[in-house]
Amino acid sequence: MSAKLARREHRTAWLFLAPLVLVMLTVAVWPLGRTVFFSFTDAYLDDPTVYGLVGISNFIEVINDPAWWSAVRNTLTFAVLSVGIETLLGLGIALLLNEAIPGRGLLRAAILVPWAIPVVVATKIWEWMLNDQFGVFNRILISLGLIDHGIAWTASSSLIMGVVIFIDVWMTTPFMVLLILAGLQTIPGEMMEAAEVDGIPAWKRFWSITLPLLKPAIGVAVLFRSLDAIRMFDLAYVLAASNQNVMTVSIYARDRLISFQELGVGSAASTWVFLLVALVAIILIGVLRLDRSTGD
Amino acid sequence: MAPGALVTSPVRIKRRSSAHYRMRRQIRRGGLGILILLVLAYTLFPYYWAIVSSTKQGAELYTTAFLPALNFGYYRQLFDNPVFMGSLVNSVFVATGTTVVSLALGIISAYALGRLDFPQKRIVLMAILMISIFPQVAVLSGMFELINALGLYNRPSALIVTYLLSTVPFTTWILTTFIREFPRELEEAALIDGCSHFRILTRILLPLMGPSLASTGILAFILAWNEFLFALTFMLTDENKTVPVAIGLIGGTTRYEYPFGQIMAASVTVTLPLIIVVLIFQRRIVAGLTAGAVKG
Amino acid sequence: MASIALSSVTKAYGTHTVIRGVDLQIADGEFVVFVGPSGCGKSTLLRIVAGLVPASSGQVLIDGEDVTDVPASKRGVAFVFQSYALYPHMSVERNIGFALETLRIGKEAIRSKVETVARMLKVDHLLERRPRELSGGQRQRVAIGRALVREPEIFLFDEPLSNLDSDLRMEMRIEIARLHEDIKTTMVYVTHDQAEAMTLADRIVVLNQGSIEQVGTPLELYQAPANRFVAGFIGSPRMNFGPVPLGAEAGGFSLPDDLVAHHTSPGSRQPASIGIRPEALSLVAPDAGRMSGVLERVEDLGHEHFAYIRLADQSIWVVRVAGRPPFERRNQPVGLSFADADIFVFDSEGKRMAHRATVPQAGREASEGGLVHER
Repeated sequence: MSAKLARREHRTAWLFLAPLVLVMLTVAVWPLGRTVFFSFTDAYLDDPTVYGLVGISNFIEVINDPAWWSAVRNTLTFAVLSVGIETLLGLGIALLLNEAIPGRGLLRAAILVPWAIPVVVATKIWEWMLNDQFGVFNRILISLGLIDHGIAWTASSSLIMGVVIFIDVWMTTPFMVLLILAGLQTIPGEMMEAAEVDGIPAWKRFWSITLPLLKPAIGVAVLFRSLDAIRMFDLAYVLAASNQNVMTVSIYARDRLISFQELGVGSAASTWVFLLVALVAIILIGVLRLDRSTGD
Repeated sequence: MAPGALVTSPVRIKRRSSAHYRMRRQIRRGGLGILILLVLAYTLFPYYWAIVSSTKQGAELYTTAFLPALNFGYYRQLFDNPVFMGSLVNSVFVATGTTVVSLALGIISAYALGRLDFPQKRIVLMAILMISIFPQVAVLSGMFELINALGLYNRPSALIVTYLLSTVPFTTWILTTFIREFPRELEEAALIDGCSHFRILTRILLPLMGPSLASTGILAFILAWNEFLFALTFMLTDENKTVPVAIGLIGGTTRYEYPFGQIMAASVTVTLPLIIVVLIFQRRIVAGLTAGAVKG
Repeated sequence: MASIALSSVTKAYGTHTVIRGVDLQIADGEFVVFVGPSGCGKSTLLRIVAGLVPASSGQVLIDGEDVTDVPASKRGVAFVFQSYALYPHMSVERNIGFALETLRIGKEAIRSKVETVARMLKVDHLLERRPRELSGGQRQRVAIGRALVREPEIFLFDEPLSNLDSDLRMEMRIEIARLHEDIKTTMVYVTHDQAEAMTLADRIVVLNQGSIEQVGTPLELYQAPANRFVAGFIGSPRMNFGPVPLGAEAGGFSLPDDLVAHHTSPGSRQPASIGIRPEALSLVAPDAGRMSGVLERVEDLGHEHFAYIRLADQSIWVVRVAGRPPFERRNQPVGLSFADADIFVFDSEGKRMAHRATVPQAGREASEGGLVHER
């Protein structure tokens, strides 16, 4: 291609991208920049035009707040446990769906149901099922003789984190299943047959062939899900808005910002959340890259 | 080649009777069948229970009858409730608007990213990916200011603007992978005939991309339909709220007077159409979800 | 080493039957090739032997032992795939030795076995590489090595050479033949390439639509095909067929009286068609032959020629001519000549009538002898 023709194609490309760039500048870059800017001010939400620059004192105020650190702890606990459980469960279900057995088509369709249900709705449904007096979950446990009286799953401060993780696992395992299943389907069938004919036992086929070849797919799924889990807001908010035990960093930041109207401090908290997500993203991508370079 | 060089310690395989393996295979099949049933129950029972509960009136609701009572009183109440119907209308408006705008932006950008050559392509793709992992809370203060500046606070159309933050990178990314899968020959012939890129996109690619647009559109619609944080923050009054927020904020005077029947009816109402569409477009949706992630 | 026996093996996917009652005995140390057009079920049959596909009914026996329900991993067979099916994340060394890892024979023993096999297959300098760093031929050698290192009782090959280009295919064909001579293990080999079948096989099994058409040595199939299908499938270019009698409109040929008499004597079966191999025909002057037609086209391969003759009924017959063709201009009338002994006669069901041996054989050796050498 001649240089002139190439240059014309570059121009066309940017012309096509112009609307995207414009929109992204407006709804992503600009708001993010303003959030960072407000972090350095003492502005309040009722009138953001009145402010003074206060340096990094807002950032310091946030990290001196024990509630923030409890939110960080909650968020990380939630992210690690729910993503971990989802990955294992998702891997198991994906392997099950990869078997040629009756009912697999039905299950593959059914798995989309929890995925399509809005977080708020799923939370409400589980809240109802886990209701201490009338919830079907407690009823079943009682009738099985496992407990004497209903457990207050969503009211107890020691159980609530478990409940949040449990509901999240229910909602997001399908995503894991679909990604891992897509990874499984890229493994050539003849290769697994070769291992089978060669007398390799099933566990070794899984451990030495399937798992190493699934690593990239699992890695991508874990990355997406982890970043999602760290910014989680709706599930914990709907289930227990004011419960300290499940307050995530997103809920903390929004509370400071909207409920307390502290635009400056809230923005600083938001910026911390952004940095936290970025940090986790960098770490995870680094780990994945590392695997890729040694893995094959 | 050295004949016989190998015949040192032939590998002998212990083989049991055919009947032994036949039984083992049957046990395995049975086990897998039970697993499929368990996973089916796990994924489907909560939604089924929501449907059952939504048709039980009064005291019936608190019994553990597993069959629906088919009493549609809650639904009638729901449809007679102007506030709920209003939020349903808002949700449809917001989700549809978001979908249309993000598809339009996505397809134009995807053409440049999937088909045209320009040096900064990788950077643009990375930027899109980065924006898609932005925590919403990080742009909350800036977005608040933007909405106010546009004069859209407490108006449903504000949500369309804010939702573009997550839907546009998403549709762009998926449509780019879809466009790359189309054979180039079609357009090359048109290019030789002197067609402009815009004409190629609208006259040649667009008519072929119906299924891809449908699946991407459904995914964007679901994303917008389910969004909670922005909808909660930017809509002040009840008549402007979207459905997830409306459901999330239904409450009784005390925890024990929770109107679970109505909540379940509302939950079923807002998810059933979604689930039906998802099941109809099952294959395409899975293709879209995994296309977006596997290339990441 | 082991023998294989299949008895009334069938395979159906839903209502679609792929294998229809196959009976077959394969002796210990034999090299058997399954051939047939694509979709004839040859690969499925091989997979049933391996245990990768369960038979719908019937029995599979290895060394007289019923293994119908024994899983592939316990059958003691080795399988070489068309796609090679190497493990992409393992080195060549680990690919070959992987199956030995489960045997608890020690790292040293594994290593020495892998090295022996690698040397045999001339891949010992590649042990550290990954499969994607190898050429197609090298991958195929590694795949064979992976099978070989286990010293299996039975070797199964599923079109192992069809992804290679023709030079390499020839080379690997010779190596596989030599491998079989050396280790004398029972081998079953699936291919659609008749040159591979003719050169490698002790016996060939011709499959068509899930049934065996004929089992025999390569020469038996060539000289005495059981039916029209086998006659048409073995030999290249394929045999020319025509209805009986060919009559004036097809070039004026009719069966010689003694052949007719011979074939009609058993009773009800009547000759329905005849076949003559391209190499049994020769081109002569228009009025000197037993049939006549118009020269439609000549394909010059240098050492031989294929002449395409359009007969009066518009069917096209091929004549294979060594050296220069006698006629070179298109649309010229030509005559076809052939010996009675080279006529194959088929009944209305396509079965060949009378054994070839009952017909005088004079004049046949020359043409076929030459053919076998060329292959």
